Amino acid sequence: MPVPEVAERFTGSVNRLTLGATKDDGGTRTSTVTVGGARNVVYGGSAADTGEKAVIAMDVLDSKPEDWPDVLLEPYKNVLDSPGDWAKMCVEEFGADLICVKFDGIHPDKNDKDAAHAVKVTEEVLKAVGVPLVLWGCGYDEKDNQVMPKVSGAAKGEKCLIGTVTEDNYKSLTAIAVADGHYLITHAPLDINIAKQINILASDMGFPLERIVTFQATGALGYGIEYAYSIQERQRIAALTGDKMMAMPVICDVGYESWRAKEAKLTDAPGWGDPADRGPTWETATAICLLQAGVDIIRMRHPRAVATVKNFINKVWT
Amino acid sequence: MALTGLDIFKLLPKTNCKKCGMPTCLAFAMALAQKRTKLEDCPDVSEEAKEKLAAASAPPMRKVVFGTQDNQVQIGQETVMFRHEEKFYNPTVLAVTVSDKLTGKDLTKRIEAVNALQFERIGIKIGARAIALVNDSGSPESFAQAAAAVKDSGDLALILVTQSPDAMAAAVAKTKESVPLLASATPDTAEKMAKIAKENGCPIVAKADSIDALADLTEKIKAEGLEDIVLNLQTQNLRDQLLNLSKMRALALKKVFRPLGYPTISFVTDGDADTQVASAISLICKYAGIVVLDTVEAYALLPMLTAVMNIFTDPQKPVQVEPKVYRIGEPNENSPMMFTTNFSLTYYTVESDVEASRVPSYILVVDTEGTSVLTAYSGDKLNEKTVADAMTKYGVEDLVKHRKLIIPGYVAVMSGKIEEATNWEVMVGPRECSMLPKFLQEVWN
Repeated sequence: MPVPEVAERFTGSVNRLTLGATKDDGGTRTSTVTVGGARNVVYGGSAADTGEKAVIAMDVLDSKPEDWPDVLLEPYKNVLDSPGDWAKMCVEEFGADLICVKFDGIHPDKNDKDAAHAVKVTEEVLKAVGVPLVLWGCGYDEKDNQVMPKVSGAAKGEKCLIGTVTEDNYKSLTAIAVADGHYLITHAPLDINIAKQINILASDMGFPLERIVTFQATGALGYGIEYAYSIQERQRIAALTGDKMMAMPVICDVGYESWRAKEAKLTDAPGWGDPADRGPTWETATAICLLQAGVDIIRMRHPRAVATVKNFINKVWT
Repeated sequence: MALTGLDIFKLLPKTNCKKCGMPTCLAFAMALAQKRTKLEDCPDVSEEAKEKLAAASAPPMRKVVFGTQDNQVQIGQETVMFRHEEKFYNPTVLAVTVSDKLTGKDLTKRIEAVNALQFERIGIKIGARAIALVNDSGSPESFAQAAAAVKDSGDLALILVTQSPDAMAAAVAKTKESVPLLASATPDTAEKMAKIAKENGCPIVAKADSIDALADLTEKIKAEGLEDIVLNLQTQNLRDQLLNLSKMRALALKKVFRPLGYPTISFVTDGDADTQVASAISLICKYAGIVVLDTVEAYALLPMLTAVMNIFTDPQKPVQVEPKVYRIGEPNENSPMMFTTNFSLTYYTVESDVEASRVPSYILVVDTEGTSVLTAYSGDKLNEKTVADAMTKYGVEDLVKHRKLIIPGYVAVMSGKIEEATNWEVMVGPRECSMLPKFLQEVWN
C-alpha cells in the first residue's frame, strides 16, 4: 500500500543569528556561533529544515559559588576564584560552544559586588577565551540596571548575548545593548503572552527583532519542565506560522534549574543511585527533554552532562 | 478520518422519522459527528452504514495491551502530535532487557535488578513496567526456560524478543497465561509468528527496515486475523529513528493511515547508561510507546521515568499536592509556619527552598484547586477565609506555640485581613522563594 506524503511545510522560520565578532567584524572573538534557522518542528520535514545545531553555553560565575553541591564543584575546584581560568577550562577541556558569565555575585543578597568587579570579570573572560559570550545579570532589577550597562560597555562590539530584560525592567539594558552592538535576551516567567509582549516592548524601543533570543524560564525535570516544554513547542509553531514577534531562537537555563532539584543534589538517597552519577544525569535529562521541544542555546554546568548532551546533538543534528 | 456531519447524513435512511429524538436525520448526523449521540439511537440504519461509521470512528492509533492483572500495561491510542493540543494518553512503557544466556543465580539476579527499578515521586509510584527477554543464546530451550523464570518472578509484564519462530513458540508455550508481547515478526517470519500470536492470544511486534515495508507487514499480519500490533522500525541510527517515529505518528494521526495506526517500540540497548538516558528521553518525548533499555542503574531510570511522568501530564489539569501541613526537617513548637498553595510546582519550589535553608519548618498547603499563589489570589481561591479554614482544619494551633504566620510576598496585601480573620501576626515572606533560605535564617531567627 503506498504510504501518503505527510510532511507539513511552513511559511515562517526561526530567525538565524550569529553571535561573536571576530577581528574582521571589529571584535576579538576567534570563533562565532550561529543559531536558529529551523523551518519545521523538531524532527518534522527534511534535513534541510532542521536549522542550526543546538549549542551549549557553559556557566562561569563571577564569584565563587556558595551553594553548589560537591559533585558540581569538583571539576572546577582549582578555578572557582578565577573566572578567566574557569572559562578557559570549559572551552578547552569540555568543549563549550559559548561561555555564559553569570553575575550572581553582584546580587545584594549575595556578595553585592560592584560594577568595577563585573567589568573586570568580563574583561578577564574575554581575554581568556575566543568563543562568543553570554552576559547574564543577577535578576535583581536595580542592581542589574547599575551594573549590566557597564558590563555591556566592557564588551562593546563583541556581539555578545546580554540579558535578561523583563516586562518590568527592560529600558536601560535594551538601550545600551543596541548601542554596544549586542544581542538581547528577553525573559518571560513561563508565560507565552508575556514572552511576546516583552519582544514587542524591546522592538518598540528600536531593538531589532532579529537580534533577540527569548528565555521562557526553565523548569527542571520533575519540577515543571512540562510547562517550559509546551511553551517552547508553541513558540516554535508560532514562529513557523509567521509570527514575527515569536520567531526568536530560544535559550534555556538547564544548569541552574537542574542542580536545584532534590534528585540532583541530595546526598543521602541510596535508592536513587550514587550522587556523583545522579546530578550530572539529572542535568543531562533536563537538557535532552527540552531539546525535543525546540531549543537553540542551552546553559549547562557539569562537564559530564555537557559531554552526553553534545554527543546527542551531534548524533541527531548531523 | 473523522467523518463530517454531511458524510454521516449520506449514510442515514433520510426519513426524518424522529425515532432518534432528533427533528431530522441531518440534525442526528450533526450530533453524531460531534459525538453527542450514538448511532444505536437510529433504529433503521443499514448494516452497511454501521460498518462504515464504525470504521471511521475507530481511533487513529490502536490501543495495545499486554501482561496481566497488576503488571498489565497499555500503550497507543494517542490522538495528538503535541501535548498542548490535548494530552498524551498512555505513558511510554520502559522495559529492561534480560538475556537468556544467563542461567541460575545470574538470571535471578538480573530479573531482581530489573524488578527493583521502582520509585515514588510526588506520591505516585513509577518504575520499569516490563522485562524484555532476549534470545541471545539462539536456543529455543534456553529461551523457554528463561521465559518461565521471568514469568515466575511475576512482577513485570513480559516481552519475548527473538527472530526465531521455533524459539518464540517454545517460550510462549511456557508463558501464554501472562500475555507476553511477541517481538518480532519480520517480513520473512510474518505468517509463522502471526500464527503463534493468534493461537495464544498475544499481541505482536511488526519489525521492518522502512516505513513502506512496515506498512506492508502490518497488512499481512492483519490478514492473518491479528489486530494488536506494535511497530518496530529498524534504523541505522537514533536520528533516523526519531525522524521516522515523527513521520509515522503524523501518518497515523493526521492521514489516518491505518497500516501505521499502531503504537511503537524502540530499542536503546547500546552505549553507556548516560547515553541511554539521552536516547530514551528523546524517544519518550517523541512518540515511542515502549522503550527497551539495557541499563539497570537507578540513577538512569529515575530521570527517564520522571520524563515519562512529566510529558504525559494532562496540560489542562494542574498537578496538585494534598492540602495539609508538611513538615520539613524536624520542626518543633517554635519552628516557622508558612503557607502556600496546592499547585504542585508552587509547593515543590517552596519545599526545595525551605529545605535549602536548613531551618526546620511547617508548610501549610491551602487548597486552591491547583493554582499558583497569584492566580489563586486573583481568582479568590486564596483569601483570608481559605487560609483561616485551612489553619483550623489542619490544626496549626497545636503544632506551634507562637502565633506568627509567614505569607507569600506576592500576597502581602492580604496581611491585614489574615490578621483579622486569624488573630495571628503576619510576617510577609519574600516574593521569590529562592530568597526563602535567607529570610528564614535571618528574619525569622
